[in-house]
Amino acid sequence: MRPSPARTPFIVRLGSSFDARSWRLIGLFAAFALIAVPVMHLALPADHPLHLSTWFITLVGKILCYAIVAVAMDLIWGYGGILSLGHGLFFALGGYGFGMYLMRQIGRDGSYQSDLPDFMVFLDWKELPWFWIGSDSFLWAVLLVLVVPALIAFIFGYFAFRSRIKGVYFSIITQALTYAAMLLFFRNETGFGGNNGFTDFKRILGHPITAPETRVVLFALSALALIGTLLLARYLVRSKFGRVLTAIRDAESRVMFIGYNPLWYKLCAWTLSAVLCAIAGALYVPQVGIINPSEMSVGNSIEIAIWVAVGGRGTLIGPVIGAFLVNLAKSWFTVSFPEYWLFFLGTLFIVATLYLPQGVVGLWARLRAGRRRGEGAAAGTTSAAAAKGVGA
Amino acid sequence: MNAVDLAPTNGDNPDWDSGTAELGHILKPGQLDLSHKVILYLEDITVSFDGFRALNKLSLTIDAGELRCIIGPNGAGKTTMMDVITGKTRPDEGTVFFGQTIDLTRLSEPEIAHSGIGRKFQKPTIFENHTVFENLELAMKTDKRVWRSLFATLDSAAGDRIAETLQLIRLATDADRLAGLLSHGQKQWLEIGMLLMQEPKLLLLDEPVAGMTDEETERTGELFLSLAGRHSLVVVEHDMAFVKQLGGKVTVLHEGSVLAEGSLEEVQADQRVIEVYLGR
Repeated sequence: MRPSPARTPFIVRLGSSFDARSWRLIGLFAAFALIAVPVMHLALPADHPLHLSTWFITLVGKILCYAIVAVAMDLIWGYGGILSLGHGLFFALGGYGFGMYLMRQIGRDGSYQSDLPDFMVFLDWKELPWFWIGSDSFLWAVLLVLVVPALIAFIFGYFAFRSRIKGVYFSIITQALTYAAMLLFFRNETGFGGNNGFTDFKRILGHPITAPETRVVLFALSALALIGTLLLARYLVRSKFGRVLTAIRDAESRVMFIGYNPLWYKLCAWTLSAVLCAIAGALYVPQVGIINPSEMSVGNSIEIAIWVAVGGRGTLIGPVIGAFLVNLAKSWFTVSFPEYWLFFLGTLFIVATLYLPQGVVGLWARLRAGRRRGEGAAAGTTSAAAAKGVGA
Repeated sequence: MNAVDLAPTNGDNPDWDSGTAELGHILKPGQLDLSHKVILYLEDITVSFDGFRALNKLSLTIDAGELRCIIGPNGAGKTTMMDVITGKTRPDEGTVFFGQTIDLTRLSEPEIAHSGIGRKFQKPTIFENHTVFENLELAMKTDKRVWRSLFATLDSAAGDRIAETLQLIRLATDADRLAGLLSHGQKQWLEIGMLLMQEPKLLLLDEPVAGMTDEETERTGELFLSLAGRHSLVVVEHDMAFVKQLGGKVTVLHEGSVLAEGSLEEVQADQRVIEVYLGR
């Protein structure tokens, strides 16, 4: 970046992460999520053609959470060159952290009318395990959601990056990590509801969780979290931090020999990415109403990588598009042709890897560059931008 | 005289001119002590890979401000020696000291870079997806910790320094091009420019003119000669014409140890060197 006028306030620099056109798009999206959706869901009668159904709100709300995960993944994979196949773990941990609070909010309305969550009564436990202490507090739950995944990611990342574990080895270890966590959470004795996980939530901050108003608020929060994630990620990749991160991806030894310690850069991006996933997980659980260990399955984590690959690595907006495309396809397939979904997903991944190294965003940039060349305009700048990865 | 400010004070009484190794001088932690006029000591370095001795009791000293060329047949241990100095490879035995006090075998690669050693790789290693300008910006001597990078902005003094280096390496008109699009020779120059942005006291250059045209080679030689004195340079090179142009002391490595040392004429006249190069 060229020297900027000295001491630009931070908030201005944050704002200049996006150009005017992108800001307009973001504003449009925010208006849709915060104004149009509530009005169309709450105010319009159910038989009105513009009425948005609960099904729509839940589906799109869910995909918004996935999109946050995809952006978090792009930050470390697209920009840092670190392919994690265990990001589902952090998503699930965030979900479990917030799920504990939701379980406590059920109060005595569970099947056993006990102060303890149902599964504990079922296991004949007489009191809360120590790690459930404080889980009835909303603030404590938020803290758990942020701190636990961050701590696990930090410790794991510290040892992995310090030992200079890279590439496919790192990916395999992250898979093993999430798989091990899944097996642990499957056990009833672990204290998180075993293979049933948490479900039958009733309230959130005293409000009924299935009420349309609550759904609309959760939807809006997910949209805001996605915008915040995009803004943060965009600022990061345009900062010097981001340039060092991509430099590590491209030539790690050169980065070390000019005096940067890649360990801290990777660790910072990695931990932040994990926390973003956890936030997404915490928003996801109240919307879908269930969290269980299958969220930590290896397949789920691989799917995250597919969203990013399909959308376009190293573009930030691409993963959002990828998350929407793949998940909309999934919700259609699993209703119409459930048995073919995995074949479709596998084919999609192969096609994206072989023919769309930059995903749909790269394809779009290429088509546009081709059209410009056709018009006789200078296409050099566009292809250079495409090579660098076009931002949002 | 503060040793850290070595680079900018060209010839203006640097440490190694200040006379004797005075007893009692104050040194800040991490500061380079050149009181004995030697910048680098390698003593009895041995490195083995699976039983193969890449370096075999190698001992070598480089004087402050010196321009030293290292030659030797393939597999003589030249690159391994650079790996040891920069912390990439740990020696099995022996000591490496930077100045009088800094033990390089105890430092990590980034710490060694911070203490003032810059390295150019045999194959030009630059950030191909960054512009030329950004390559230099990243290399610039500054606080390189994460927190500072998150909020770093470029002030005008830094911009001037980058512009200066761009002039020096003749890439001023290519500042906004992606580094991956440069020619091979230009990439070599960019990497040298990145080294200079670090303001190192010791530059290690592994085959810096490989793949350059004759004209580029000659210009590189002129650049190195202008750097000697302010910086200490160690150049590994196969191109004898280039070594001759540089004109400094030459060290011949063979099978992991020093075979001969002296001016280029002296080592070229050395019977053992001729044997090594021509075969027995």
